[in-house]
Amino acid sequence: MAKKNYAFYPGCSSQKGASASNFVTSIGMMCDKLDIQLNEIPDWNCCGASIGYGEGGELPRLALNARNLALAEKNLPGQDLVSGCPACWLSTRETAERLHQHSDLMAETNVALKEAGLSFKGGVKARHMVEVLIEDVGFAGMKAQVVKPLEGLKIAGYVGCQTNRPFGIAGESFENPMYLDKMIETVGAEAVSYDQKVTCCGGALAFSEPEKSQKQIRDIVESAYDNGAEMIVTPCQLCQANVEIYQSEINKKHGTKLAMPVMYYSQLMTVAYGGNSKQAGLDGNIIHSQKLRDIAAK
Amino acid sequence: MSNQNQQAVARYHNNFLREVEERVEDGDWVKMCMQCGVCAGSCPLGSAWEHTPQKIFMMIRAGKRDEVLKSDAMWMCTSCYNCIVRCPRKLPITHIMHGLANYAHRLDMAPKGQPTRVIAKLFWDNLVKTGRVNELKFSLAMYFKDGFVQGIKNAMAMQSAGLSLVKAKRLNPMEIIGGHKCKDSSGIKKMIARAREIEDRKKGFTS
Ligand code: SF4
Ligand code: SF4
Repeated sequence: MAKKNYAFYPGCSSQKGASASNFVTSIGMMCDKLDIQLNEIPDWNCCGASIGYGEGGELPRLALNARNLALAEKNLPGQDLVSGCPACWLSTRETAERLHQHSDLMAETNVALKEAGLSFKGGVKARHMVEVLIEDVGFAGMKAQVVKPLEGLKIAGYVGCQTNRPFGIAGESFENPMYLDKMIETVGAEAVSYDQKVTCCGGALAFSEPEKSQKQIRDIVESAYDNGAEMIVTPCQLCQANVEIYQSEINKKHGTKLAMPVMYYSQLMTVAYGGNSKQAGLDGNIIHSQKLRDIAAK
Repeated sequence: MSNQNQQAVARYHNNFLREVEERVEDGDWVKMCMQCGVCAGSCPLGSAWEHTPQKIFMMIRAGKRDEVLKSDAMWMCTSCYNCIVRCPRKLPITHIMHGLANYAHRLDMAPKGQPTRVIAKLFWDNLVKTGRVNELKFSLAMYFKDGFVQGIKNAMAMQSAGLSLVKAKRLNPMEIIGGHKCKDSSGIKKMIARAREIEDRKKGFTS
């Protein structure tokens, strides 16, 4: 099969040694198996994330995202921009759509871009990795590569906010999207019913409002336990980091014994596709899933 | 009162709605709100909001300028986008909350030391330097935002989580002496400066 080519925008948290570096590790083998070729956008920059609004304002954030779009348009013409990070995807897509709708913003953004020697014509589509998997590969295509079904693994599919809103995945509802459950079942695991599927983890406010965010995180983890899950799976880097990292803090403060592994869908897929625990980035987790490690070692 | 704030007050003569329409991101949407209350029940940190988005839109129309801009309500927004997908009038509520917070910050009316205001600025300053966010410098800056002693306490409190991230190779201590950056970081700086200059002119931040 011919490879499908995409302009890849990894984002800051996916850099080597950063908080989601194991995400990038885990998509390597998954993409190989699915004939997805990711071509990194040369010299890409930070998207500004949502929290950038406080100091950044409107046009500086549009310019940051337009720079990545312009670099993709120039260096990887004809390819869709793809990011695995919901915040990067959201910022980039929001920018592309706003510039498309408002010619004055497009003109002003291009004045700023000129300072960095670039211009943006508006010809790049920004997509999420999950969209590529669902729309370009399809569930049947994802399933075809499974050699080690994750049988007996009970998983809570945690979609979170920004993969789901405001854009979401075409054809899915905002209140109860089903695609992540379907992906879990595609690799042979069981998706438990899960009432915190689209609850906010607190996002960047996990840093600035720890008590309030940790209440959200506690609900997210406890509901997974209540529904019999052995693991939470998510498509979001910030959800993954917040929900995994703060469990020990919650335990310390409240005497709970939370120890729920929180993984990326791509880690599941890599193991199901026959990858070992290194290829799946399992050593990058703080809370380990022995079951998943055992399957990977089989 | 900051100079820019005085100028804004003089210019808009208590027509706060018009001020918001002209100077706040997506502010021209505020008049479309029909006060149905759907957004008021949508925020994850709901009980922490001094005024709900619904109430903020009402207060803007009622000209309650100080009460809105000095409130820490908008700073409770987690950017979850619940409100946007639910609003029957399709108001870009998230953007308006961000826009109001940014406007209050630029006028220096936002609460001093408001934690999200502080980290939002740290985050932006961190990214402008190199074009990319350096997570270690960002975390250290965050721990020390309340001063040195509190910083040590904060860092100690999160030490176990920090160390496990280092072990899992997800927080690189080497970033402190270099780390990731864009090749054209100088072009990025100039680009951001130019964008800010255009925005300041449009929104009346320059005299
Ligand atoms: S949901 Fe929309 S129309 Fe209803 S109160 Fe909120 S902003 Fe106004
Ligand atoms: S995006 Fe902000 S304003 Fe909208 S529901 Fe979420 S927290 Fe509330």
